[in-house]
Amino acid sequence: MGTGNFETTIGLEVHVEMQTNSKLLSPSPVHYGDEPNENTNVIDFGYPGVLPVANKGALEYGMRVALALHATVSPFIRWDRKNYFYPDNPKAYQTTQSQTPIGTNGYLDVTLEDGTVKRVRIKEMHVEEDAGKNTHGSDGYSYVDLNRQGTPLIEIVSEPDIASPEEAYAYLEQLRQAVLFTGVSEAKMQEGQMRADVNISIRPYGSDTFGTKVEMKNINSFNYVRNALIFEEKRQAEVLRAGGEIRQETRRYDEPTKSTILMRVKEGADDYRYFPEPDLSPVVIDQTWIDEVAASLPKSAGDRRNHYVNDLGIEPYDAEVLTQTLAMANFYDDTIAAGADPKRAANYLIGDVNAYMNKHQVELQDTELTPEHLAGMVKLIEDGTISTKQAKQVFEAIMTGEEPETFAKAHGLVQLSDPDVLLAWITEVLDNNPQSIEDFKGGKDRATGYLIGQLMKMSKGQANPSVLNKLLLAELNKR
Amino acid sequence: MTFNYFEHDLASLHNQLVNREITATELTEATIDNIANTDEQLQAFISTNPDEALAQAKLIDEKGNFDNVLTGIPVGLKDNLATKGIQTTGASHILEGFKPIYNATVVEKLSNSGAVSVGKTNMDEFAMGGSTETSYYKKTTNAWDHSKVPGGSSGGSASAVAGGQVPFALGSDTGGSIRQPAAFNGIVGMKPTYGRVSRWGLFAMASSLDQIGPFTRTVKDNATVLSAIAGFDAHDSTASQREVPDFSAKLTGDVKGLKIAVPKEYFGEGIDPKVAKQVKAAIAQLEALGATVDEVSLPHTKYGVAAYYIIMSSEASSNLQRYDGVRYGFRADDVKNLEDLYVKTRSEGFGDEVKRRIMLGTFSLSAGAYDAFFKKAAKIRTLLIEDFNKVFEKYDVIVGPTAPTVAYGLGEEVDDPTAMYLADVLTIPVNLAGLPGLSVNAGFVDGLPVGLQIIGKPFDEETVYQTGYAYEQASHLFDQHPDIAKKY
Repeated sequence: MGTGNFETTIGLEVHVEMQTNSKLLSPSPVHYGDEPNENTNVIDFGYPGVLPVANKGALEYGMRVALALHATVSPFIRWDRKNYFYPDNPKAYQTTQSQTPIGTNGYLDVTLEDGTVKRVRIKEMHVEEDAGKNTHGSDGYSYVDLNRQGTPLIEIVSEPDIASPEEAYAYLEQLRQAVLFTGVSEAKMQEGQMRADVNISIRPYGSDTFGTKVEMKNINSFNYVRNALIFEEKRQAEVLRAGGEIRQETRRYDEPTKSTILMRVKEGADDYRYFPEPDLSPVVIDQTWIDEVAASLPKSAGDRRNHYVNDLGIEPYDAEVLTQTLAMANFYDDTIAAGADPKRAANYLIGDVNAYMNKHQVELQDTELTPEHLAGMVKLIEDGTISTKQAKQVFEAIMTGEEPETFAKAHGLVQLSDPDVLLAWITEVLDNNPQSIEDFKGGKDRATGYLIGQLMKMSKGQANPSVLNKLLLAELNKR
Repeated sequence: MTFNYFEHDLASLHNQLVNREITATELTEATIDNIANTDEQLQAFISTNPDEALAQAKLIDEKGNFDNVLTGIPVGLKDNLATKGIQTTGASHILEGFKPIYNATVVEKLSNSGAVSVGKTNMDEFAMGGSTETSYYKKTTNAWDHSKVPGGSSGGSASAVAGGQVPFALGSDTGGSIRQPAAFNGIVGMKPTYGRVSRWGLFAMASSLDQIGPFTRTVKDNATVLSAIAGFDAHDSTASQREVPDFSAKLTGDVKGLKIAVPKEYFGEGIDPKVAKQVKAAIAQLEALGATVDEVSLPHTKYGVAAYYIIMSSEASSNLQRYDGVRYGFRADDVKNLEDLYVKTRSEGFGDEVKRRIMLGTFSLSAGAYDAFFKKAAKIRTLLIEDFNKVFEKYDVIVGPTAPTVAYGLGEEVDDPTAMYLADVLTIPVNLAGLPGLSVNAGFVDGLPVGLQIIGKPFDEETVYQTGYAYEQASHLFDQHPDIAKKY
């Protein structure tokens, strides 16, 4: 990897908002898209005299992510203050965990495009609070919205193991999926629920010291990260080839030009004056607690895919689609648990259900469909109660919350498979069509087609075609 | 119509209210008159809220339920305790006109008990100081001599109680800010165990040291008030879940067999010999009552002031960052950009002592200084705690002077911060160790009160009160009143 004679070193700090009910340090709700400052109270506003109370659930969510990334969970958590002034940071300090990260020494195995697997080491993870949002109005005023202020974040810091923009992209995608499958976040990029701080340096091949790092903060698209890194890789190589020096600087990615733009040159490290947060008591995390959280951790996407392919006979590609979101994978598992045939259930979810979601622009959990209803419909098809053609109507119905069997019955969407009923009709049809029997005996296959047509007409389309066919052939051979 | 609080303790006031000898409204009106009558001399209040107080008193009279011992009884609150809809300034220009939209837990608890808050007392700006002279608003005077400081930082609360304006008041104590003004004014002031009283709504100076406590004229009254404000609070993670005992349980006057430790370091260099003599006499009186008294050593005492000023200023520098002119309080005019807004607002909004401590704290936490300053101070803190633990293995309480001197003249030390800081040497270790500490009057030197400090084991306020009560009952010093008492 790298550019020309240089090799690239990339480190990523990824922030993911955790969807707890309330904020990390206050009882305000965590909810996106509300009116500015609707989800705030005196704590979020940093009023004089207010005190934080740490959300235990946020800590457990942090433990989930640590466990999913194979990290060691710290037995003792102390909160720290990171001090800096900014209007979106009302206390002028962020509550974080600089000395006692919730998790250390983890890793993520990343499958690269050529199929090889690369282990990216994860240095540490911190639970911390998100800042609010500043917007600069065209009226010359700046506005502060503190709805997001205090939303719990998990910050995931990689070791500088990533060697190319493509690897960074793959890492981010697979990290997102790993986090998704802990159930702590939907990691919606467009809502800023997952953002990356990127640092990149290059050095001549064989050099044993890293080059000078350039930083880019808060990029909320994986494509932008990749583009920014591609640009930066080239820019730095050109600077070095021209005999220049890379400065330690912060740049930002500019999508229209697909380039990075200098924001400021760093002179020494920022001094955030970290110190232990005296308003919060330290937390001891014992093995029992870790075990409890581990037990509540949803199965990973990889484990589920292996199970689908190896035990349920699902195609690898389909297994991939079923594990794109935790909601879909859980729905699929629940549908199987409700007794549905795995392949047919998978086909419905990947095909009709996905199409429905796309058409109506909704998430699975926003539809009226339940795993029980989907399983119910699949069972009706499997046992021949309804035809796949009839199933189309039943599908529309279960998407609006109807119970499949009740719906099928109420709308006469039931296949007749009862041999006694079918035999009576067959006898009647054969008695009335001696010519067709002759034709059949004479080897004309078309004859059965005609007879089936007559029978379907008699059953108003409700006869089960395969049962009917079998019975008809048996009767014809008897005559 | 004023009311002479020197002749009544809380129990007596309560009885008069129960027996309808006086109404809550009358008592509140009289208290407002008390303040009007004497605040020219005392300058104890930054603001009063007669309308709200009288409205509350009227409601109390209409209800007529005086089951709670504090119902209908007026109180003064230090102006760093958030009072909903009532200006709370921390005695700082930066919060001039600021009206909180919520009550501090102690304010809520007192209000639920039916106590009637009549006003907000003066203090050092953000509780930073030992003489109440760093207040942006006014200079409070000592109840015994109006040319002397009342002590600080809760000088307004101390002066208001000692001067007979109110029967009790609340203060806060980070390094002695309740005990030292109580000593300077000859009244009773308690800094409870850290975690005993919720800090929710107390404008933080140093979060790991701050604690709210009562000022009263008697020990029994003090125990009564502490019972009303103590206890767990879900708003404060550092508030203790321990049950609140009956703090009056051991107020028998009996200290036979009580084991008292007297640290030799508390009578060392810098302690006015006349103060030392007075305090030793008080200790002798406790011995005469049947307590055993031994000299002990708290060897790390001399490092306390240095450790305290680093930890306190570090925490304060962070806690006070929120005063940035963006969301509430004072905002400077004519600012060009964001940085300008911060710099101008804080330069104009804070006084010198606050700026001094913010700079000291910011330095102590900075990358190059953290290990040598903040971290080392934290280690000293641990050593101080161990000193106390050792003594408390064998003794029930530790006693000594509250302050090295009696009240000094207004303006005498305000320009010498180091001298002012050193005067906290006897109270600071108690905050660093999170222990309960009480100051009771131990007599007079040159007509000014001397404080006897009684330090207890964590959450053993009962024994501290027991000791203070026995001495107070034996000495009967509460019968001596400052001249201002004649004004009621």
